[in-house]
Amino acid sequence: MMTNPNGIVTQGQFSFLPPLTDEQITKQLKYALSKGWATSVEYTDDPHPRNTYWEMFGPPMFDLKDPAGILMEINNCRKTFPNHYIRVMAFSSVRGVESPTMSYIVNRPKNEPGFGLVRQEADGRNIRYTIHSYATDKPEGERY
Amino acid sequence: MSAQPTSDETTVDLEAEFQASNIQEVLDKLDRELIGLKPVKTRIREIAALLLVDRLRKQFDLTSETPSLHMCFTGNPGTGKTTVALRMAEILKRLGYVREGHLVSVTRDDLVGQYIGHTAPKTKEVVKKAMGGVLFIDEAYYLYKPENERDYGQESIEILLQVMENNRDDLVVILAGYQNRMNQFFQSNPGMRSRIAHHVDFPDYGTDELLAIAKLMLATQNYRFSSEAEAAFAEYIPLRMKLGHFANARSVRNALDRARLRQANRLFGSRNKSLKKIDLMTLEAEDIRASRVFKEGALDLDGDETVK
Repeated sequence: MMTNPNGIVTQGQFSFLPPLTDEQITKQLKYALSKGWATSVEYTDDPHPRNTYWEMFGPPMFDLKDPAGILMEINNCRKTFPNHYIRVMAFSSVRGVESPTMSYIVNRPKNEPGFGLVRQEADGRNIRYTIHSYATDKPEGERY
Repeated sequence: MSAQPTSDETTVDLEAEFQASNIQEVLDKLDRELIGLKPVKTRIREIAALLLVDRLRKQFDLTSETPSLHMCFTGNPGTGKTTVALRMAEILKRLGYVREGHLVSVTRDDLVGQYIGHTAPKTKEVVKKAMGGVLFIDEAYYLYKPENERDYGQESIEILLQVMENNRDDLVVILAGYQNRMNQFFQSNPGMRSRIAHHVDFPDYGTDELLAIAKLMLATQNYRFSSEAEAAFAEYIPLRMKLGHFANARSVRNALDRARLRQANRLFGSRNKSLKKIDLMTLEAEDIRASRVFKEGALDLDGDETVK
């Protein structure tokens, strides 16, 4: 990525930090559980920042008491999709909030080719800019 | 405990560790609130001792694998299997064996799905909920139905087996059920039997124990026997035990509930008299003796003993 020194996709929390270890993830999960948030694991291989709806890896987990169950699910997902982006989301069902409260990436492809800047000539010599992930040139499932 | 490295010569204080863990308090509570159940209490004490010693061994870097604490409770109805399971969660929490110490109590319905592909997610969801605590499977033998080979219970058992092996640190599984049905269950699932380290059998209560249980139950509900009522109830128990469908402590509880009904009715009948606090608390002999068990030595079909 253009302005990112590590050349990795930065989305959600902690993404400028080195990858979280399992202990660190466990602590984050514990925090979410202490707040009563439902946690879910999602994956994708399309890193475009506007791609908000990732695939769900199993249904969201409600009423858990201990992070071990979620960590087990994260590891299952890593085993199934070792070269995909995997994120953990926490959802708050409190009235008035009712939206995701945490989102962080726990797995990413080994090699992230990044984004190219695409310029489009529009009417009256205007230029429209957008970004395009090099990875998405290939079909889904073969990108990384 | 000190974090300094310990040499072979260092001594550790078992007593201090014991005090720090508050186990005695839990064991005392167990002794106070659970009458009888000698083998169960012995086993719980053994487990407590093992976990404590294990913790001391850790200070000397004597690592051993986490002991497997999956248990199987067998016994007749009303012998206190569920009550002990609840207590177990608390004890294991105190000993630091489980992190949260909550009990997730499930039956076949919560584990087994209705169609292909439904069982695995359902079982996994329950397992995830129980992590950090105790998973209590009541009437566990229903999981396996030999007469239907396409039953999904087997799938659930396989997932449980896997979790019991791989996530030993995360949860303790307790199966409960009647002795002979559980034996059948283990015969057809030898893998299950070998993964359960502790088979605890809950003995039936004796008459004295049942009387003690009755008094304890009444005390928690702020009732008491008059001395004649106590004698009447002591007579009642052996009579009731001879009849069918005797469910130990549960039958005692039902009998007491009916005695309370009769007591309320009796007080209601003597409305013109003024009542003291003690009158509202006391069960009299007549409340007990009105039971059908005394009159005819038989139960109604619905198990109700009151003479209509």
